[in-house]
Amino acid sequence: MGALGGRERRWTGLDRLESRNRPPRSLLVALVLASITLVTLDVSGGAGSPLDPARRAVGEAFGPAESTVAAAVRPFTSVPAWFRSKSDLADEVRDLEASNADLRSQVELAGFERNRLEQYDGLTTAAADLGSALLPARVVAVGSRQSQSFTVTIDAGSAAGVGPDMTVVNNDGLVGRVLRVTRSTATVLLIVDPDSTVGGRVGSSMEIGFVNGSGSLDQAAGLDLRLVDDASVPARDDTVVTWGSSTGPYEPGVPIGRITEVYSSLREASQRAVVEPFVDFSSLDVVGVMVPSGSTSDRALIEADGTLR
Amino acid sequence: MTYLRWLAALAAVVVALVVQVSLFPHLAWHGIVPNLCLLVVVAAALTVEAPFALVLGFVAGLTLDLAPPADHVAGRWALALTIAAFLAARVRQDQKPSAMAVVGTVAAASFVATSLFALSGIVLDDPGSSVGGLLEVVLVAVVWDVLLTPFVLPPLMRLFARLSPQWATT
Repeated sequence: MGALGGRERRWTGLDRLESRNRPPRSLLVALVLASITLVTLDVSGGAGSPLDPARRAVGEAFGPAESTVAAAVRPFTSVPAWFRSKSDLADEVRDLEASNADLRSQVELAGFERNRLEQYDGLTTAAADLGSALLPARVVAVGSRQSQSFTVTIDAGSAAGVGPDMTVVNNDGLVGRVLRVTRSTATVLLIVDPDSTVGGRVGSSMEIGFVNGSGSLDQAAGLDLRLVDDASVPARDDTVVTWGSSTGPYEPGVPIGRITEVYSSLREASQRAVVEPFVDFSSLDVVGVMVPSGSTSDRALIEADGTLR
Repeated sequence: MTYLRWLAALAAVVVALVVQVSLFPHLAWHGIVPNLCLLVVVAAALTVEAPFALVLGFVAGLTLDLAPPADHVAGRWALALTIAAFLAARVRQDQKPSAMAVVGTVAAASFVATSLFALSGIVLDDPGSSVGGLLEVVLVAVVWDVLLTPFVLPPLMRLFARLSPQWATT
């Protein structure tokens, strides 16, 4: 109270003496206007935002730093794992090999699902060679909830052959897509982001719909599936895979999740379902980027037939 | 001296940002991590003259906006941290701030910055989360920032004070 009284007196009486501490309004206004200008530039820029070069430059600078810190932190985060497997040391290399094997089976499964889709669809155009290779990468930085976007940085960039709109998976299912790349890192938009929309297909009925992120890392909160055909009712426990296209961001046939609840929305006359994603987004580590088969890279690729190159 | 101070401040922001995105997600509560960049800005606002703190707030916010994995509209954190720096600089008095004053300032700045960021998302029609979700994010972020204050603020405030003796609040 005394301090408040003191300040009151200073504000009225000793304005000049205090002025050195008082933040200048003009500077505040200038900086606020600068921020608003940036927001306006970025919003109105749309896809080709004028700030993209700046993002890229900052990314080039911060990417290696993030990778280094993530690598330094990794031994400590795996300490609980050592306690879990008492007899067997959770060796980093063995872990990676195991994940690679899982990712490989993931690719094989993707191919299988794709073939099945093609049989049902009679789509022969996509038949020839959608065969893609998997590029292993690790998550090195995670966006905070405060920033309201669900994005992660992975330690593979344009030097490894990663480009925008590529599909990112892990051994459980679809993780997201690449938004932008720097030389050594890439930013991935997770499918739980409220901005993310994935074309999905219900496994048994082959009905197509759109899967939206719910904005929660909680696996049970799930994703939102809206079917295009409002006459069809998705079944519970049905698997949802990506619908995909050869030009769009998501490769076809990647498993997304399992339907846990179904609602009929009378207002919008459509069917809504909650999809529980296969991927646990709160503990993402090793992921695979689906790159075109035979692309050049600075690291080993896992080809669709399981060979390591 | 000014160059040295800028160098120290920018280094602090870079370290804070990298630790925030690469180390703290392992300890995050529902994806909410402490905002270390905000702590650096508040430390500057409580120690050195206001214009420096304001510009540092803008720069730190801009870095948060542009560094991967950020994907929101750029300028939102810059706005939030500039205003947080302004408020924290208003709190500053001519004697050394007490521990409670520092904690209170951090809590207030954290609340204001996170809320401002969330509000700017609503204004920009960002399909963020519900009001309940936003409240949860804001409150947990305040708790995180206050928890880290005793470890981060004192060394930073000492550093800034040493690099600017004419403004040092001893």
